Amino acid sequence: MSESLLDIRNLNVSFQTFAGTVNAVRGVSLTLEKGETLALVGESGSGKSVTCRSVMGLLSKNATIEQGEILFRGSNLLAKSDKEMQRIRGKEISMIFQNPMTALNPTMTIGKQVAEPLRLHQKFSRTAARRQAQELLELVGIPSSTKRLNDYPHQFSGGQRQRIVTAIALACGPEILIADEPTTALDVTIQAQILELLKELRHTTSIIFITHDLGVVANVADRVAVMYGGRIVEIGKVEEIFYNPQHPYTWGLLRSMPTLDDKDGELYAIPGSPPDLLSPAPGDLFATRNEYALQVDAHYEPPLFQVSPTHYAATWLLDDRAPSVIVPEAIAARRQYYRQRQTGLTAKEGLL
Amino acid sequence: MSEAKRSVLHIPDAYFEPADSNLLAKQERTARPSISFYQDGWRRLKKNKAAVISLYILIVIVFIAVASIWFTPRDPNLQHVPHANLPPLIPGMDINGWNGYAKVADKWVNKYEQAQVPEGVYYYFGTDAFGRDLLSRILAGTRVSLLIAVLAALFDLLIGIAYGLISGWKGGKTDIFMQRILEIIAGVPTLVVVILMLLIFKPGIVSIVVALALTGWLTMARVVRAQTLKLKEQEYILAARTLGVSSWNIAIKHLIPNLSGIIIIQTMFTIPSAIFFEAFLSFIGIGMRAPDASLGTLLNEGYKTFRFLPHLMWLPAAVLCLIMISFNLLADGLRDAFDPKMKN
Amino acid sequence: MTFFKFILKRLAFMLATLFLISTITFLLMNFLPGSPYQNEEKLTPVQRQMMNEKYGLDKPAGERYLIYLSGLAKGDLGISLQFGNQPVSKLLSSRIGPSIQLGLQAMLLGTVAGIILGTISAMYQNSFIDTFASLSAIIGRSIPNFIFAVLLQLVFAVSLKWLPIALWDDGFRSTILPTLALAIAPMADAARFIRTEMIEVLNSDYAELAKAKGQSKVRIAFVHGLRNALIPLITIIGPMTVGLMTGSLVVENIFAIPGIGEQFVKSIVTNDYATIMSVTLLYSVLLVVIILIVDILYGLIDPRIRLAGAKQ
Repeated sequence: MSESLLDIRNLNVSFQTFAGTVNAVRGVSLTLEKGETLALVGESGSGKSVTCRSVMGLLSKNATIEQGEILFRGSNLLAKSDKEMQRIRGKEISMIFQNPMTALNPTMTIGKQVAEPLRLHQKFSRTAARRQAQELLELVGIPSSTKRLNDYPHQFSGGQRQRIVTAIALACGPEILIADEPTTALDVTIQAQILELLKELRHTTSIIFITHDLGVVANVADRVAVMYGGRIVEIGKVEEIFYNPQHPYTWGLLRSMPTLDDKDGELYAIPGSPPDLLSPAPGDLFATRNEYALQVDAHYEPPLFQVSPTHYAATWLLDDRAPSVIVPEAIAARRQYYRQRQTGLTAKEGLL
Repeated sequence: MSEAKRSVLHIPDAYFEPADSNLLAKQERTARPSISFYQDGWRRLKKNKAAVISLYILIVIVFIAVASIWFTPRDPNLQHVPHANLPPLIPGMDINGWNGYAKVADKWVNKYEQAQVPEGVYYYFGTDAFGRDLLSRILAGTRVSLLIAVLAALFDLLIGIAYGLISGWKGGKTDIFMQRILEIIAGVPTLVVVILMLLIFKPGIVSIVVALALTGWLTMARVVRAQTLKLKEQEYILAARTLGVSSWNIAIKHLIPNLSGIIIIQTMFTIPSAIFFEAFLSFIGIGMRAPDASLGTLLNEGYKTFRFLPHLMWLPAAVLCLIMISFNLLADGLRDAFDPKMKN
Repeated sequence: MTFFKFILKRLAFMLATLFLISTITFLLMNFLPGSPYQNEEKLTPVQRQMMNEKYGLDKPAGERYLIYLSGLAKGDLGISLQFGNQPVSKLLSSRIGPSIQLGLQAMLLGTVAGIILGTISAMYQNSFIDTFASLSAIIGRSIPNFIFAVLLQLVFAVSLKWLPIALWDDGFRSTILPTLALAIAPMADAARFIRTEMIEVLNSDYAELAKAKGQSKVRIAFVHGLRNALIPLITIIGPMTVGLMTGSLVVENIFAIPGIGEQFVKSIVTNDYATIMSVTLLYSVLLVVIILIVDILYGLIDPRIRLAGAKQ
């Protein structure tokens, strides 16, 4: 197997809080290939942001990386010094944040803020950096950006600010772009624009796209990793996750997505509340919210079972000894569609 | 993954049955007991060692100051000229300056022998130019200084809370009008008001308290108003209003309890500044008048001879600094613990 | 509201405040116990009558009030009857130099030292350095400046004999100790203020973005943080000035500096009403003007306020 651009191996991160130790990420392993867009999906507290912040080296002071490696082009980022990480951040790996309204320095002009990484990493002169900043702003679609270089953040709308933040992230042509819920704080129409922008970028850079909304993933991602309680519970190509989901949590996520052909018009909600990572119960953390829980779930956490060479899911339902369950109607329909496509494909191939 | 598969083979087959829903319900733990805002604050305060130590020191100082009403080693105003200007003498202490010796023309001299103080008579902190016992005077002075500060803070509290509450709660034109008045008053330097007040009234505890209270309430009023404006928009207050609860009842039941945090913090900052102002006024000679002792008058007297009789200045100065530092550390600790803005 | 209108409004407030103060001081001056003259008991009734006529004290209060106000408008502050019967304006103008020099030096030293202390504290929050810096700021805030002044005098003048113990006759050298004594309070205030602001800034989203850009901690604090933390610092210049005024009374006295503060204390002790009133007014004018300048500066420096004003 060839070397991945980014290879996270068995990452474990914990936080020291007043109440005790919170194990926010428990044994996450992920790879990101060149030119690929990977979506990390999960509810708040599932560990998706913490995983990405570990990659950036932006964890808060009370966090400890207990175990694991993060290999970027083969070298471990966790072993790097602050100085070395500074050279990687913003240049090789950059990040877009959730809230564009507060992510920009209110007392610094946009031009300076966009030029900052260029001056820092590429050692551009002031004028060259400014020219480049202008080009970047045009690239992300800020109209008449020459004039706007001297404007301050409060003179831009939320969507424009997120474009500016994106321009900053793209300034040095990073290998990896981490987008941490870049559309959550925006209006729906603006969301679509930002997603469109990210879609255009996927040819030039690899993207990790963090979201709690499975809906936005379908258009953008090549692969999807679903996280729950600090673990990856299902990972696979986007078609595999959407049309052949194996984990009951993924089923829940898919069923809670509004679709146009919903007949009864009622949205499904996953019962219960997110797991308590402070004093986790033994067994599978999702078990208490899982209609399909087995007895084994109360005792053992399921390992990742392989579904296809690219598709894994951590549920005991995939164990040989597990009883076959009746899948929810909506999921069954998706699987059927998936099988038809599969057979369609093979049929086509057979023709060739 | 096949490895993982093999490692789970030891799990009994019987486990692979749909789970009994009761079993899992049992496993869902009840949520951690929720901690109220004030409990949370206390816990943070207790972690701040400097603040906790300061709190203990202040409790001890207040206790001693109150006790000094009934008990001081000697009468703080009793003059005994033959025993004037004695250095501290603590029995068993053999450090120059604390053993009855004082430096006269570069030589340590036993002042107690010179003054023919009978054996067994000790002045732990020495005596002043009139032979008054400095320890007793410091105890009485601390009491007076604390009394002035606490009274001034209390008046501050009453005026400031009332003004801030009315201004913030009424809002609209009343608020604008009251804020304009506040702005105009804020343009007058505190110092000037206090000095003018002291020129009109006879210097003493009452006039100092009034002068400090008249100038000190502005900050309290501002803080309370800002917080009231914020609270007014909260849903539970809106709910109470729509249910027809009277403004007075809302103020007592909802506003005051929610304002208490910032009021306590603000008061904790007011007290040391009142202590400072009293000491300052007495030091420049327009505060408390002799023979009554306050820490300020003691400093004023001590400063006149500090090169020859250093204890008369440094002992009251040390007590004053200890009180000030303790109050400021405690106030900082309280603010960090209870001010949600500082929470991170 | 445009920026211009805002300034006009502030000016109106300023005048209202000054009018209020001058009226109060006039009333007080007239109803104060004690005599305006030196050695009053030695004056005969005729002499007193003559003196009263000479200084206009025989006229009714209303008229004297108008005379007083028009005098103020012309810069006439009255006559100091305790200090050689000279005009107060002359008495004070000869003393304003040292006070201003000391005040500015102390403010500059205090703020710069405070900013450095506060920034370092915030950058290494909850570390040993932070505890040390915060503690020294609290001690600086807690020790009254007159005690600190005496301590400095004792250590650097009496014991070490490095610097003059008092007086204003040795050029810059004689300003060092009083400046230090005055600077401690603004330093402590600035340090505490900057630390709080800076911690907020360093925990902000844009500081995180700067970190994600690859900026170093030090540069984030100084390039992104300091500007944002300094803007609110302007607001405490007013209270700082008040603190310096208060401090100057005792510090000028302790170091025997011929400044306004020393004169003020002398005048208070000797019932020199005209001078007391004049210094009162002077301090009020100074404070009001500084508050106005702070408001204008705030508008000029913070782009959010500046542009909001300019656009409309």
